[in-house]
Amino acid sequence: MFLTFPIMVIRVDTIEKTIQWRLMNMVYVGLGSFVLSFVWHYLLAKGVSNRKVRADDEKGRMSFVQRVASEKRLSVHAIAIVAVVAVAFPFISSTYQTNIMTTALMYVVLGLGLNIVVGQAGLLNLGYVAFYAAGAYTYALLYYHFGVGFWLALPLGALAATILGILLALPVLRLQGDYLAIVTLGFGEITRIVLENWNEFSFGPSGISGIPRPGLFGMELGMQEAQIYLYFLMIGLCIVTIFVVNRLQDSRIGRALLALREDEIACEAMGIDKTRVKLTAFALGSTWAGLVGVIFAAKTTFVNPASFTFLESAMILSIVVLGGTGSIIGIVIGALVLILLPEYLRAFSDYRMLLFGIIMVIMMVFRPQGIVTGVRKTYEFHTEDDKIKRL
Amino acid sequence: MNYFLELFVGGLTRGSIYALIALGYTMVYGIIELINFAHGEIYMIGAFTALIVASVLAISGMSGLSVLILASVVAVIYSAAYGFTVEKIAYKPLREASRLSPLISAIGMSIFLQNYVLIAQTSEYLPFPNLLPDLPFLESYTGLIGSTEFIIIATTAVIMVMLTVLIKFTKMGKAMRATAQDRNMAKLVGVNVNRVISNTFIIGSALAAVGGILIASHIGRINFYIGFLAGIKAFTAAVLGGIGSIPGAVLGALVLGCTESFATGYISSDYEDVFAFVLLIIILIVKPSGLLGHKTAQKV
Repeated sequence: MFLTFPIMVIRVDTIEKTIQWRLMNMVYVGLGSFVLSFVWHYLLAKGVSNRKVRADDEKGRMSFVQRVASEKRLSVHAIAIVAVVAVAFPFISSTYQTNIMTTALMYVVLGLGLNIVVGQAGLLNLGYVAFYAAGAYTYALLYYHFGVGFWLALPLGALAATILGILLALPVLRLQGDYLAIVTLGFGEITRIVLENWNEFSFGPSGISGIPRPGLFGMELGMQEAQIYLYFLMIGLCIVTIFVVNRLQDSRIGRALLALREDEIACEAMGIDKTRVKLTAFALGSTWAGLVGVIFAAKTTFVNPASFTFLESAMILSIVVLGGTGSIIGIVIGALVLILLPEYLRAFSDYRMLLFGIIMVIMMVFRPQGIVTGVRKTYEFHTEDDKIKRL
Repeated sequence: MNYFLELFVGGLTRGSIYALIALGYTMVYGIIELINFAHGEIYMIGAFTALIVASVLAISGMSGLSVLILASVVAVIYSAAYGFTVEKIAYKPLREASRLSPLISAIGMSIFLQNYVLIAQTSEYLPFPNLLPDLPFLESYTGLIGSTEFIIIATTAVIMVMLTVLIKFTKMGKAMRATAQDRNMAKLVGVNVNRVISNTFIIGSALAAVGGILIASHIGRINFYIGFLAGIKAFTAAVLGGIGSIPGAVLGALVLGCTESFATGYISSDYEDVFAFVLLIIILIVKPSGLLGHKTAQKV
């Protein structure tokens, strides 16, 4: 307390403008930070003591969401409620809300895709946005040059992103940890800068506009219907993604990825082909980004490089970590929170990104494992005797 | 030939500034293995503080050199205080958490600081007064090296020497090296690890502030967003040289600065940032631990 107090007050001074002296601001922030520092220390102390208590009983650590997920009957009810809300949503709320929801769902899929690379394989990828951009630009360019429709572009976009993913993965296979992180970051930036400057190919910073929304069996849809249609399309894609990712987790590849994350050497000793598994992880992860990229292009009807900055990658990574690395429900919740939060914080207009930053820090400080912690599937070993005794 | 030398000096100037920021990254990484994304923002805050103090002093009628010195001192102190506070708030409670959590916390902090300056100050580019004095003895070389460039390179060199002395020969430096090697072991032999980490953040932030003042004088304008790209470049430089290694960061930064300078001079200025990253990728593929990094043997 003694240490933080002077700094919290001194920090205020930067607010003074060159000629205007805004002393009142200084007083406000001084008072505010004084009170906040008390609250902060109180919560921090409480958090530490809580963690000690929780460590004692394993059950206590399970969050509410997990308990719902673990009990079959409850989870069926929960899914039913979510499904009803999801279907009814575009009809009970405004187009604007639906639009935001579609965006949030896109991030759900992106988060799940990145989770394959970061959460399961443990390869920190800071350039995920490059694959997203690949999908979006595939659709945009194919439409512009050849008039290719949405449904054909969807697999092609995914394919382009996958190829890009493998291309990136090939040279960086030898790298580990933070070196990998910075190379992927660099790769993301390169993609963006190339898109920005290569005018003949990508039309530079002005981007490509007039990309059509998807049609429903050849029908032309109005603005509003198209948005609702896209919303349901995203719901569909979300369900497919969740299904695939869920299956993947317990599959041979999924377990190989986990092994790779835990210990590379032991993993190789177990006969897992490290190179192939890493390539698979990158390819799988980027496929989803490509799919969402195509949908993004269709939704906004316009792509330009400004949509694919590093901040976007950071956002998707935050979704994965905030939601709880490796947990599907966690990522879904994380995406909804992170994308919807800035939208609903619009009431605070100027301050929303400020608050967003604070919330990210606070979340991490008080719940570093994410909203929902991933549950590892454990296999128990029972001898014949055990079974007999149980009977 | 003259053009070549000009580009070379430009590269060195750029590299020097990257080096100042990269040192903060590499020191922090060396000790707690954290990519401190908020470091670029600290550098930006340093530049802003210097601007504010300098303007206030200039208005109140002080002149030349005293403005420079006072503004720099205040900016360095402020940035150090910020670095210290950021560490206390966003990273210290996460010391025991998994590696990704502090990273997200750092990204959050970076967003926060950017918007804090955006709201408290302005989103416009602010003109930065050229505080650095003219050096008369360089006049015969005008066109090759300006006095601003000379001061930047010289300051960086002096700071490098001071830092090396600090780390090699003082008690604090010894404690820092011990903590970097093995935190638990250092704790056991009586090093106050938390204080060492705080010190690292303070030194790193102070260096970033110096970099901020120098580059702002060089370019002549600042806004709240300058920290981001500078941060990424500096981090690239740190990785290039082998992250965690202090001479590596300097070397990496100089190589990066020169590459950018030559590439923009001879090839094309549109792809300035691409060259930096391409160079990084090539070097990491050839030598995965960076130019001067130690190859750590993996334990089984």
